[in-house]
Order: sequence, then structure tokens, then C-alpha cells
Amino acid sequence: MTSTPAAEPTPPAPVHDERRLYAALLTVAAAPHVRTRESIARIMWTVSATLAPAVAWAAWQFGLRALAQVAVCAGAAVACEAAIQKFRGVPITWRDGSAFLTGLLLALCIPVGMPLWMTALGAVFAIGIAKQPFGGLGHNIFNPAHAGRAFLLASFPVQMTTWTALTTQVDVVTSATPLGMLKEQGMPAVVATFGGPSGLYQSLFLGNVNGSLGEVSALLLLLGGLFLVWKRYIFWQGPVFYIGTVALLAWVLGGPGWFDGDPLFHVLSGGLVLGAFFMLTDMVTSPITAKGQVIFAVGAGLLVFLIRKFGGYPEGVCYSILLMNCFTPLIDRFVSPRTPKEAHA
Amino acid sequence: MTHTPQPGSLAAQVLEAEREPFRGSKQTTLRGLIADGIFSKNPVFVLALSLCPAVAVTSEVTTALAMGLAVVFVLTFSNLCTSLLRRFIHPKVRLPAYIAIIATLVTMTQLLMSAYFPDLYQALGVYLALVVVFAIILARAEVFASKNSPLPAAVDGFGMGLGFLLALVVTAAVRELFGVGRLAGYPVFGADYPPILMIVLAPGGFITIGLLIALFRVVGQWRERRRAGPTTDVPAPAATGEVSHA
Repeated sequence: MTSTPAAEPTPPAPVHDERRLYAALLTVAAAPHVRTRESIARIMWTVSATLAPAVAWAAWQFGLRALAQVAVCAGAAVACEAAIQKFRGVPITWRDGSAFLTGLLLALCIPVGMPLWMTALGAVFAIGIAKQPFGGLGHNIFNPAHAGRAFLLASFPVQMTTWTALTTQVDVVTSATPLGMLKEQGMPAVVATFGGPSGLYQSLFLGNVNGSLGEVSALLLLLGGLFLVWKRYIFWQGPVFYIGTVALLAWVLGGPGWFDGDPLFHVLSGGLVLGAFFMLTDMVTSPITAKGQVIFAVGAGLLVFLIRKFGGYPEGVCYSILLMNCFTPLIDRFVSPRTPKEAHA
Repeated sequence: MTHTPQPGSLAAQVLEAEREPFRGSKQTTLRGLIADGIFSKNPVFVLALSLCPAVAVTSEVTTALAMGLAVVFVLTFSNLCTSLLRRFIHPKVRLPAYIAIIATLVTMTQLLMSAYFPDLYQALGVYLALVVVFAIILARAEVFASKNSPLPAAVDGFGMGLGFLLALVVTAAVRELFGVGRLAGYPVFGADYPPILMIVLAPGGFITIGLLIALFRVVGQWRERRRAGPTTDVPAPAATGEVSHA
């Protein structure tokens, strides 16, 4: 992320005419002329691969249904991307993995019991409405996966909030997510369900709780996210300030009295970890500087807590990131480095 | 207005311009005016005017049809009245005057509809009264009716109203069909079609109109290419003139 790949490495494509030859030889990008082996495709497929453990764990917990969900979602996203690019007469770039990643992320933030055609519709919305009409990769304002989720939540509120219980329990029953329980029955009920605080945290961290695929295991998502930070695909500031803001607010305001809340529960439950490492840090829709990411992440964290505590929905990660996406251009302008002359003016 | 202006003066140029068939339009026939209203100047799909009511009333075909018919009526007669009164309305007070004309017609429509179609009147709610401030109606009074004689003004209003009606009905058909699986209240996809709420809600209305605008443009470009196609392949002698690059 820190050294955004300006372009794919010059492909060794056959030179068809003189003009292309000169274009290949003489085009110089803006300084600094750093060469890197990174490319859009490499980053997108790496991020997808880091999500694989979480997907595998979800498949173990929910059964093959989870894999079908992921396959349909990613397939629909890729097919939609290719179809629209074909229609627009622009290069067909589904191989760069961005559409695949969008589909994968969308599948991770919806309930596993969704009818598959609805999942596919969400993926088509994500690519066909939230991404391609704005000009495709790099031009979309909103995170496509979360836009698809928002579409599904607005369209099918019943199916989007029906959580199929884990297969390791009874056959198919529906049960509430920890955050849903918190909203409706309060914190004591949540703790009682999991048999004490330590059991609750352990379940949340390792992934024995109910929820959408990506809400299941905080541990595997955390490992994937740390790998991305180590590869410098994402700023560490984004996830840290996002999760930190939520934890701080949950501690101060989350409980019945002041400084009485349960920060760990709020951090580990819901889609916060997935959102923090994989959605908030989307290169296209988040600010391009570290300072901008801090502002972005704190704003989003504030929104998450406001929605969870005071809003109508149990979970607010999706809307918090979509809302902050609106501010990305403003934040970028605000934190953009100024020349000394401008600073004095 | 009675004396003959000097040749070449501004007044003469104005008179010259007045001799064109219609002012404020490139069309030369009444049929052309109607075609403009439906296709090349469609109020919703091309001019993108009056989008708020277009979104608000298009979740069902029935209400869209009622609203469209009301607008056809109001637009035709407001253009007619504006054109008849165009010599008597002082330019400085023309907008209030137009609004007064439109409001009169809208009130008539409201009274008629509440008397004969109370259900539709209820369904349309405040949006029927809001026809007074529809941008498209005021725009046609200002751009066309105030500069042309009554017949073309009325025809222009009718064509524009028809364009609005068609846009509303097409949008509503798409939204009702995919939103709740019905068409004008009759189930199409069967009873167990799960409603897609987003399409029925306002954001879905805007997205639907956006997609229809895109479709409208694609079809328009395709028709233009098809019309232009043969002439580029086989240049007509009259069009190319003496100079030939072939």
C-alpha cells in the first residue's frame, strides 16, 4: 500500500506497430521511479489467499453450504465484471482478481443460509452498480462488497438476519448472533449463553459463534490481516485506530455505568475484525495517506459504536465503512502535503 | 411592432428568427415536436427533470399511469394558456403568472380526481399537488409556450407530457415487476416471489431510472449509427457535392 504499484510491469506483448513500441519504450511515469514486482493482480490474489483459512474454518463449521456461498458469490462477481467490460468495450480484467475478492468478501459478510440466487444478486449489484458504472477498478467511491451487502440488507431484511446455527449443533435451527442477543436481551444473557466470560471470549476468538462466514473466527482473520500489514499491503494505522476507537468507546460508554463496558466482546464479535483488515483498508475507497487512514478509521469506529449502541441494527461495520467512504476525497484533500509556499499563504 | 425595421438591424434579425416554424426548438413539424418530447428531449430520460416525483410515484404502474395522465393534461393546457396569454404577460412577472396558470390546472385535476378516482387520489397523496412545481412544466412554459403560437405550444405540451407518461410507466413497470413480482397489481412471478425491497424504496427508484437512462442512450446511439451507417458507406452524391475525397 505504501508504494502503490503505478502500473503493471510492462507486459512482453508482441509489438504490433511502431506507435506501441515507442509508447512502451518512451513512456515515463511520475517520479519516484521505483520498480516493484507488485501488481494489482498479485495484491488481489494474495489478499484472497489470506482469507482462505477463514473460509476453510467457516466451511468446517457451517458445512459445504459455506463453500457454495463463496463460489456463487465470487463467480457472479467475476462474470458480471467480464460481461460489463465486454459491453463497455474496455479491456476485460477479471483476471486481476479484484472482482473475485469483492465476491469473496461479500460472501463472508452475509448469513450462510441465504438463498444462492440472492447471494448472486448481491454480487451483481456490487460489481454492476457500485463498481463498473463509476468506471471500474480504482474509480468506485464505495467499497463494492459492502455496497452489495447494504443492498441485500435493504432488499431482504428477513433472510439477511436469519442465522443458521452451526452444523456442529443440531441439524438446522436458527439462532441469534452474539450482537443480536446483546441488542435484544442485554449483556448478562450473552455471558450466560456461553457459560461465563472466559467461555464467551474463547468462543468469539476461535470461532465457535454464530454469524456470517466472516464473523466466525476472529483469530484466523487476525492472522490474515497481520500478514497483509507485514506485506505492507495495508497501513497498520487503519485497523488499529478502527478497533481501538470501538474498544475505547465500548469500555467508556458500553456498560450500564461509566467505564464499565466490555471492550473485548465488542472487538471480537460481529464483522469488526474482517472489516478492519479487509474492508476498511481497501486501496480504492480509503484515504491514500497514513494520516488520512487514522481520521478515516476513527470516524468509522465512532459510527460502529453509535450504530451498535444506539442504532436500529445490531451490527454497524458495513454502514460505518460505507459512510466514511463518502468522506475519503475530503480527507485526502485535508491531509495532502502542501508545498511551503502554500503553507505560508 | 407596427413599423418596419431597418434591414440588418437587430429588430430585423429578431423578425427573421420569428419566421422559423417554432422558436426554442429545432423541429419543423408538429409531429417532430411530439417525437422530441418522447425521444430526444424526454423529460425524465434525457432532460432528467422532475426526478423526485418520478421516483416517488413509480413503485406501482397504476399510480404512475395516473400521475402521467395528470401531467399530460396539465402540461398541454398550461402550454396552451401560456401561449394564448404570452402577449399580455409582462416579462418581469412571467414566472408567477405561469405558476398561477399551472396551479389553476392542477387544482382542477385534483378536484376531478378526488371526485371520480378517490383511491388513486389517496395513493398519489401530496405528489399530485406538487405537479405545480414540476420543473418540466415550468420549463416548457418558459422555453416554448411563451414564444410560440397556441397550436404548436399545445402540441409541444402534449408531446412532453406523453414522454413523461411513458417514462413513468416504463420505470414503474420495471420496479413493480422486479420489486414485488406484480404488474399493475396482478401477480406475474407467482405468489411466493420474495419482494426485493430495495427496488421498491427510493434508492432503487433512482438506480432504476439511472439504468433506464443508460438503456435509452444505448438504443439512441444504436439507432443513430444505423441511420448514419449506409450514408458513410455509400455517400450520396447530393450530400458530398463536387468535392470528392474518394
